[in-house]
Amino acid sequence: MQIHDNPALKAEARNLNFFYGEAKALKNINMPIYDKKVTALIGPSGCGKSTYLRSFNRMHDLYPGNRYEGEIRFFPDNTNLLSSEVDPIEVRMRVGMVFQKPNPFPKSIYENVAYGLRVRGENNKRVLDDKVEHALKGAAIWDEAKDRLSELASNLSGGQQQRLCIARALATDPELLLFDEPTSALDPIATAAIEELVHELKKRVTILIVTHNMQQAARVSDYTAYMYLGEMIEFGKTDEIFIKPKDKRTEDYITGRMG
Amino acid sequence: MQPLTTEQIRAVIARGKLRDTIFKALGIFCLAIALLVIVALIADMAIKGSERFTLDFFLNFASRRAAQAGILSAWVGSLLVMLVTALAAVPLGVAAGLYLEEYAKRNWLTHIIEVNISNLAAVPSIVYGLLALGIFVYQFGFGQSILSAGLTLALLILPIIIVSTREAIRAIPAMIREGSMAVGATRWQTCRYHIIPYAMPGILTGVIIGLARAIGETAPIITIGALTFIAFLPPAPFTGEPPAGLFDWVFAPFTVMPIQIFNWTSRPDPAFEINAAAAGFVLMVMVLSMNAVAIYLRYKMRKNIKW
Ligand SMILES: Nc1ncnc2c1ncn2[C@@H]1O[C@H](COP(=O)(O)OP(=O)(O)OP(=O)(O)O)[C@@H](O)[C@H]1O
Ligand SMILES: [Mg+2]
Repeated sequence: MQIHDNPALKAEARNLNFFYGEAKALKNINMPIYDKKVTALIGPSGCGKSTYLRSFNRMHDLYPGNRYEGEIRFFPDNTNLLSSEVDPIEVRMRVGMVFQKPNPFPKSIYENVAYGLRVRGENNKRVLDDKVEHALKGAAIWDEAKDRLSELASNLSGGQQQRLCIARALATDPELLLFDEPTSALDPIATAAIEELVHELKKRVTILIVTHNMQQAARVSDYTAYMYLGEMIEFGKTDEIFIKPKDKRTEDYITGRMG
Repeated sequence: MQPLTTEQIRAVIARGKLRDTIFKALGIFCLAIALLVIVALIADMAIKGSERFTLDFFLNFASRRAAQAGILSAWVGSLLVMLVTALAAVPLGVAAGLYLEEYAKRNWLTHIIEVNISNLAAVPSIVYGLLALGIFVYQFGFGQSILSAGLTLALLILPIIIVSTREAIRAIPAMIREGSMAVGATRWQTCRYHIIPYAMPGILTGVIIGLARAIGETAPIITIGALTFIAFLPPAPFTGEPPAGLFDWVFAPFTVMPIQIFNWTSRPDPAFEINAAAAGFVLMVMVLSMNAVAIYLRYKMRKNIKW
């Protein structure tokens, strides 16, 4: 892997450790996230994928007893996202997140998408209408939702809800978008729609996606990272990882001998 | 072990079903007893008091003649005291519950506060009356007024409102909170747009249960010195002694339904028994309709809240 043919960095974990109270869940992780690329995180259950992902938007700050060590550098401004001087709200304004289970708010479709903008103080109806439409189109759910914007989001199907949640994250133009197993609660057709969408989105935004599905990782990602027991075992271009992994543990995992 | 034959499986199910049936019958029996007691109580009061169910009964002040005595000052007093109670207890209780659930750090101080809120709920109501007599009536100089009574009952039901607020908030899934925070919302924005609205049905239930308890309270109100015989209403806004204001009524002396009832039952003239029964029935109707409103509102609000 030569440095010079790598694209620009969007973020980089440097000596990242994470603790749930006393329990160390991430062990000295070093990993680049390349700009406008899709990076997949794979690894057996409990290896720390979600923990790692949720460090990027400081989600762990919501709960007491959690502690980070090390840095996540965010570019182009080279901010350390984990620094105690950086407000987690500021981080979350730049880094969007889509969760494992669709979690629309019990409000209208429109309000779900507009929420991030309202939080930023935007109340102009025209601006909101415009951005909501744009976000729904970006999340490939505009056609299904445009005639029912004032309906409750819970009336949508699971796959539609998940795309709505993507629209909610997109509405505020994040620089980095985190997906934590976004399709694990969806059927194959809805899954294909989300994968298609991820492919489309990387033109605009850097994506970090956790998945349990090897095929999915192979299909959607440019880079893949394999984690095991809180450690980053291997990181590389997706084709290289899947065709000739360097580490025995990675090979065992992706060939299905473990996990 | 041999697999069970179809007959044996059916026998097992039949035995299980028999227990089901027995338990169901027992449950219905117990429920019926509880319901019957309530219905009997209400019916008894309704029948005993039936000759007082006239408009006059609601529009007359207390009187020495049972037939002319009404509950005007009592029900107006009860409603006004409830208004003060709600205005004081709801914002305080909801804010306290919200703080404890959403803001407070989990440390020993929070823990002590939590334990004491539960303790507060168990304090006998007369103790609140004593406290209020010292603080509201004398210290703050509110006198034996609607304001003092309302604040006393507010203290009394504060734990109920705090606890129900906290329970309602805890029922909101963490992923909703995370979804809100993940787009860059502050704690307060999350509370204002999500936590408070979604907790509202539960909060409302707590508020009404609290008020239903408060409206029947007698001891603390007597302690702070509600009158038992009163032949005038608190002044309507801007009609009191000059300079008349919007809130003159809060300083007016008053009586409330339970005190009126208590007063009538302690009269030697048996004719007042009728008044007491009729007023008891009215109080019951007030409480039941508050509960009905709570159930209706909760149903309406919950319809739109699905996770
Ligand atoms: N809130 C928490 N408190 C304490 N330990 C936790 C907490 N959340 C996760 N852990 C632990 O941290 C480790 C990593 O968990 P994490 O959820 O990141 O795994 P994961 O790779 O996302 O697994 P999965 O694929 O099952 O989602 C696990 O051992 C887990 O038990
Ligand atoms: Mg996970």
